[in-house]
This record gives sequence, C-alpha cells and structure tokens, in this order.
Amino acid sequence: MEKLLGAIIDGIAFGCVYALLAVGLTLAYKTSGVFNIAFGVQAFASGAIYYQLHVTDGWGILPAFVIAVIIVAPLIGLILDRALFRYLRSAPPMARLITALGLLVAIPQIVLLKFDETDAVNPTGIVPGGTVVYHVFGASLDRDQLSIMILALLVAAGLSLLFRYTALGIRMRAVVESPRMAELSGTDSDRISSASWMLSSLVAGLAGVLLPTVTQQVGDLYYTTLLTAAIAAVVLGSLTSIPLAFGGAVGLGVVQELLNRFLPTNSVLASNLRPSLPFVVLFLVLILSPRLRNRKELSDPLASVDPPPPAPASGQRSRELTIGTRAAGVLFCAGVGYYVFFHGNASVVGQAIQVAIYAIIFCSVVVITGIAGEVSFAQATFAGIGGFASAQLATSAGMSVVLTIILGGVIAAVIGALLAIPALRLGGIFLTLATYAFALFFDNVIVSLSWVSGGLFPIVAPRPQMGSIDFASDKSYLALCLVILLIVGVVVIQVRSGTTGRYLSAVRGSEVAAASVGINPMRARIVAFALSAGIAGIGGALLASYEGHANKIDYSATLGLFWVVIVVTLGPRTVEGAIQAAIGFVLFPARVLTDWLPWLINHVQPFLHVNSLPVATQFIFFGLGAVTYARHPEGVLEANKGKSLAKVQSVIDRFKRGSTPKSTPDVAAAGSSGSAL
Amino acid sequence: MSLLVAEGVTKTFAGITALDHVDLDVKAGEIVGLIGPNGAGKTTFFNCLLGILRPDDGRVTFDGKDLTRVATHKRARLGIGRTFQRIELFAGMTPRDHFLVAERVRNGRGALWKDVLFLGGPSSDENSRVDAMLELLDLSPVGDRPIESLSLGVGRLVEIGRALMTEPKLVLLDEPSSGLDRHETETLGGQLRTVQRERGFAILLVEHDVDFVRSLVERVFVLDFGTLIASGLTDDVFADSAVRKAYLGDIV
Repeated sequence: MEKLLGAIIDGIAFGCVYALLAVGLTLAYKTSGVFNIAFGVQAFASGAIYYQLHVTDGWGILPAFVIAVIIVAPLIGLILDRALFRYLRSAPPMARLITALGLLVAIPQIVLLKFDETDAVNPTGIVPGGTVVYHVFGASLDRDQLSIMILALLVAAGLSLLFRYTALGIRMRAVVESPRMAELSGTDSDRISSASWMLSSLVAGLAGVLLPTVTQQVGDLYYTTLLTAAIAAVVLGSLTSIPLAFGGAVGLGVVQELLNRFLPTNSVLASNLRPSLPFVVLFLVLILSPRLRNRKELSDPLASVDPPPPAPASGQRSRELTIGTRAAGVLFCAGVGYYVFFHGNASVVGQAIQVAIYAIIFCSVVVITGIAGEVSFAQATFAGIGGFASAQLATSAGMSVVLTIILGGVIAAVIGALLAIPALRLGGIFLTLATYAFALFFDNVIVSLSWVSGGLFPIVAPRPQMGSIDFASDKSYLALCLVILLIVGVVVIQVRSGTTGRYLSAVRGSEVAAASVGINPMRARIVAFALSAGIAGIGGALLASYEGHANKIDYSATLGLFWVVIVVTLGPRTVEGAIQAAIGFVLFPARVLTDWLPWLINHVQPFLHVNSLPVATQFIFFGLGAVTYARHPEGVLEANKGKSLAKVQSVIDRFKRGSTPKSTPDVAAAGSSGSAL
Repeated sequence: MSLLVAEGVTKTFAGITALDHVDLDVKAGEIVGLIGPNGAGKTTFFNCLLGILRPDDGRVTFDGKDLTRVATHKRARLGIGRTFQRIELFAGMTPRDHFLVAERVRNGRGALWKDVLFLGGPSSDENSRVDAMLELLDLSPVGDRPIESLSLGVGRLVEIGRALMTEPKLVLLDEPSSGLDRHETETLGGQLRTVQRERGFAILLVEHDVDFVRSLVERVFVLDFGTLIASGLTDDVFADSAVRKAYLGDIV
C-alpha cells in the first residue's frame, strides 16, 4: 500500500511536468488558434538561456530567471506574433500547423548556434537548494519537483480563472474564433493576439527552466519528447479544456510511474510499453474519443472573403510558352544527365541517385498533401517500412530484390491504409497528430525489434538484379531509379488529373457535398493514404538498396518532419516540386552549404572569409522557408515561377499583338489536361 | 406509388423533441413543399432523410427500400440528390468540373487503375452530358470559370446541376432562395420548373419564402415545434387558420 501510494505521488510529480507543457499548449491553441508544436522548442530556448546565465556564467537565480522567462520568452512570442502569426489568423489551420512545424525545425538550430547542449548537464531549478529531499508516504520529493508541482497547479488554476472570469480571456477566445468579427465588435485583434502570444510564450519559458531538473540535461530533443506526452493530454482536453489537459497529464504521469514500478522489468511488455506509453495513449485518445470525431476545426466564418489560392503556374501559360518551357526543361535535364552519366565522378553519381530516390519519396508527400490536402508526419515511417521489409525479405527470405522493392511498397501501402481507417474519421490537425503518434511509436518501439530492423546491426539490403542486368554499379542503379521515378511521376500526374484526383479535390472542397453526389469520402482518403504510403515504401526500399543497409536513422520521425517542411516549402502540388525538394534536400548539405554559398560569400565581399557553413543551417533555411507556406500554399518556387512565367507571357503577348489578335491563356485546356511535370 | 415515405420519424436532442412522429411522402415526379418557422425541425428532418442524423424512432423508405442503415453517400447513389442552405461547392473547381465529378460517380467508371493507365480523363460521352447540363441551366458561358468568381445565384444553379448529374429520382432543395433577392428567386423558380418538367424528377422543397413555395409546389407539409400541423394541397393548407396562425402570422 505504502509502495502504491509512493508510486502515485512520484507519478503526480512527473505528471506535473507534462501538465505544465499541456496547459501551455492548450493555452496557445485556445488563444492563437495555432497548434503550436514549436512550443517545446520555445521552452528549450528559455531553458538554454537560463542554463547559460545561471550555471555557465554564474549569475544569481533571480536575474537569470528574469532574463530567460520574464523578458526573453514573451519577447519570442511577440516576435512570432508580429512577424508571422498575425498574418495567418484567417489562414486555414493546416497552414498554421505547417508554420509552427517550420519553427520546430528552425528554432533549436538558431539556439544551438550560440549554445552547446552537449555540455549542459546537471541543470539547477529555480529554487535554492533544489536537491533537498522531503519524504512523503514513502515517496521522496525534492524541492525542484515540488516547485514544478506548485507552479503547474498555479498556472493551470490561474489560466482557468482568466478564461472564465475576465474580459481579456473572452476577447482572446473571440479573436481566435474570428479576428474579423472580433474587430467588427470593437476589439483590437492585433493587441489581443500579441498579448495571447506573450502569455503562452511566458508559460513555455517557465516550463523551459523547470523541466531540465527532470531530464538532467538541457537538450531540444528532451523538450520535444516531453511535448509529445503533453500532446496526448491536450487532446484529452479536446485542445481547449485547461482542467482536462491538466488532469490528463497528471494521470498519464501516474500511469507511467505505476507501469515503471509494477511491471516485471524484463518482460516484453515492460520494455516496449513503458517508453511508448505517451504515443500509444495519444493514438488511442485520438481514434477513440467520440468528442474529436466529426469535430469541426476552428474556422473563420468570414474566411470566404479571402481570394482563392492561385492555380499552379502551369495552368496559366499559353501553348507557345508551355512548349518553350518544356523544351527548355528537356534540354536542361538532358544536359544534366549527360554530365552525370559521362563526366560525373562517384560523388556526383551518388548524389544523383539520392536525388532520384528522394524525389520518389517526396512524390508521396505530393499525393497526400498536394492532392488529398492532408498533412502526414509519418512519411519517413512508411519509407522505413518499405526499406526494412524489402531488406528482410531479400536477406532472410532470399527473394529477388526487384520483387522485394515492390513488396516493400505494397506492405507500406497496406499499413498506410490500415492506419488511415481509424485515423481518417478525424481529419485535419487530428489526423496529422495521429500520423505523428504512429511515427513516434514506430521509431521508439517497432524499429528496435530485431525482426524489423535487425537489432544492433542494420540488415543488409542488396542491389537488385534483373535477369542478366545487374544494378550493382552506381550508374546502372541511377538509371533504374530514374526509370522508377518516371513511372511514379506519371502515376502521380495521372491520378491527380484523373478520377481519384477529382474526387479528392471534391472531398477537400466540401466533404458533405461530395457525399451528396455519392462519393465516399473515407474511401477516397484511404486510397490517397495507401497510394502515398506505397510510393514512400518503394522509395525507402530503393534507399536501403542504395546504401546497402536499411539504416533506421534514414527513416526517423524527426527526419520525416523535415521532409514535410522541405517539400511544402519548395512545391507540394506537383511532381516537379517534389524533384526540386529532393534536389534541395540532397544538394543543400552536400554542396550548397559546403561549397557554393561560401564561394559566393568570399567572392562578393573581401572582409569576411568563410570556409564552409555548418550543415545544421539547412534546418534554419528550410524551417524559416516553411513559414512562407501560408502565403504560397503552392510552394515558394512554384509561386515565383508563376510570376516570372506571367512576365514572359506578357512580353510574348505584346510581341504577338502586332501580327495576330490578342492571345488569351488557354485556361480550359490547362484545366482539364493537368499538364504539370 | 410514393417514392419517398417517412413514417413516424422522431428525433430528440438532450431531452428536447426536435421531431415528433413526422409522416411525409413524396410521389414520383411531384413537387412537394415543407415549410415551418425557424426551429420547427425542418433541417433536422432533412438530415434524417439524408442519413446525416439517425432518427430515434420511425423509418424512411425510398423506392420501397428501407434507408435506416444506409450511409449518406449510398443514399445519393440510390437516387436522392440534394442542395445546401449555405452553399457547399468544391473550392477551386469550375462548374464543368463539378458536373464531371458527379457524372463520373453516376457511371461508376472511376477506378484507380484506370487513372494509372491514362484512362482517367473525361470521355466524349461524359463531356456531351456535361455540356447538355450546362446548356439546360444556362451555365455555358461560365462553365470554365473558377467557382469562387461566380455569384451566389449561379452557385445555387451549379449545386442543382451537380445534383441532377447523378440522375436522381428525388432532389431535396434546402432553402434555395435564401440569400437571393426577389428577382433572382423568381428566375431560379422559373428555371427549376423548366428543368423539372424536362427531366421529371420529384422535388422536396424546404423553404421560407411563401410566395416561392406557392408558385412551385402542388402539396405542402407544415412543421411547427417538431410536429406536423397540416398537410395537403397547397391552396387548402394556406387557407387553414392554424397554419396562418403558427407560421404566417396574419400577414398573408
């Protein structure tokens, strides 16, 4: 009994850590309409500053706390609001989520430019003598834990009161529901929104300085892991209830602690269930909670006054220009191909293979995001399923590698469809979170199983062989990958312009209306999910064969987030965009940051000499690039291409007006032929 | 024989009875009205017919088939089309695309493998059916314009056309005149009558606008506080003093 009570008290202490994040995240969603998955990294920023000042530079607790939490944290919130989220208040929830995702990728790397997290061990809390221990009912609590419990409770209670009893709380909610409506009724949306962001960032900062005493280290990954557990609690509170989020978080902490104490330490259940509990709970809450089902996301009733998103650049050009750009594209590809195949050294060929493979994988993002309009954070996991399945079947079962690559895609497609069936009832942000929970679960539990990944040593993935053709050499493998990319690209284009694409864009436009003409929205989305997972699986299998092993770091959930960011930044609507994203993903760390940018910097000015930029800066580039998603949902490159093509078009028109009547862009033909590669 | 029969449809929300044993029937090719003040339960009844809500009691049959456990999209395939009070169109698509999607669902040619084998594009037969519908509704000039650039009145026509592309036996119209001015409403009514005469489908019209209802329907049902207070031929019902009191006040 004593033991049980002790476990519960310890669990409550740990649950309060989750609770602080859960309450902060709920606050952020409630007051800004943004599901701020960057909340953890905002906390990390404050934690890093506090550690730097207090531990490394030897400042007192109070001044360090004031700088890190009272000044810097709200300042970050203010900047995020003024520079970004203010302009996204009427944007769709998905655009806001993508923006937060970009920050999640970029902020830690910005902090790490100045802060070395590998040294930041044994942090101290915000009360003097934090390690003094009190014994309560067989549980031992130190002052740091007590301070977390008390502050979490105070924050939760204070915020609940704010929303229930103050005019400010009600205004904050009104601004989220509809900023324009709130303005019409005399509320200054801008000021309220700044206040909201500063308040939620303050809570993030507070969590940031408190949590490291639990994790024993100040690292961005710890915050993101803790945040995942907090997300489960937030979802339990339907994203809006602070008391429920608090209760859910504490409950989660208690259950985790009970499992810790009472499950036999060596059982399969203990070693797998314990670390994955938050993801399992998140997933189960998402698919089982009846309140989330069919729940409409917050959307502005006045949103329809916004103009529709622009059509892809290819839909706006005349026939001459289409022929011209295509010819130029073919010439360019032929030139690059000639260089790579006949003059490229091993590293160039290797990079070309990677570009082809990642372009295939990124086509899966085009299917799910560009065509179906959903965001999946599990694409790396589907690629991993394809890679592991293909390698296992080839190595253990001795099947032909060509067959195993296809089977890898099929298995990924089946798992994608199985995941989609319960998750698709959700839609929108909840669906994205369910894919994230699945990705993390796969990452933390499934991958370590030896029949999946081979355990400590990655499984060997041989190169394919087709009759007498052996793809062991890199150039022949590149040719194979390009052929597969061509097939996948054509399939994606055909699906988009064919029935499936039409049904999906109908479902995306209005689900009830699509059902009213007889489209089954569930089925349409399951098809999209399965197709997307299958494409990712084939890409993952090709990647494993290229590297010779199915390496789990190639398929990590974090990497999957970065993939979404990079595709969404560079062009999520078209196959062309996927190829651009693959080029960026491969060449940025390998060429641009190490050679091209330093060369440029050194040649335009004489003062600063740069040898090579750190590879991690790519996360800053693309992370900050993703925040443009809201303005250019078709991708930055696509948007600028549209602009420059329009300019060329106007020149052509002016030139032609002399001889023939004015030419108008062939909108009808472009609309039905869907001719964008 | 009646096409659509609702018998004793009852629906309660948290103890409040929104619908109390409502009976209604629509015969093939007939235009029937359903009227009632705000909060009378019209929309709830509509949603029960469409499977968006499941009634607590009573049943709905269509063409002799019990619809109780049939999913919304399957009811559409059985031949029930509908429009929406707040228009629901497919953002980013043209009227032609709207009709093509509906036509494709109707003829059931839309398998994934056909897309992959370059067979996903519209066939000449589909194109001519879509053109005929654009023609019928006078939408040909705007057929290739994005839906966002069209007015509310045109949007309602596109909704009606989209429903008709599935060749329904019955179309449920949910307050088609809301948001339209007098002139637009009259035009819409005229077009509806023409199209209905040509295609011969039945209409169940839920409507506020009394003149609009009187000009279109042969029979009318009146709901008030979830109960049917009158039904019968249009002129008889509007002459009924209970109806005048409950719904029309003394204006008419």
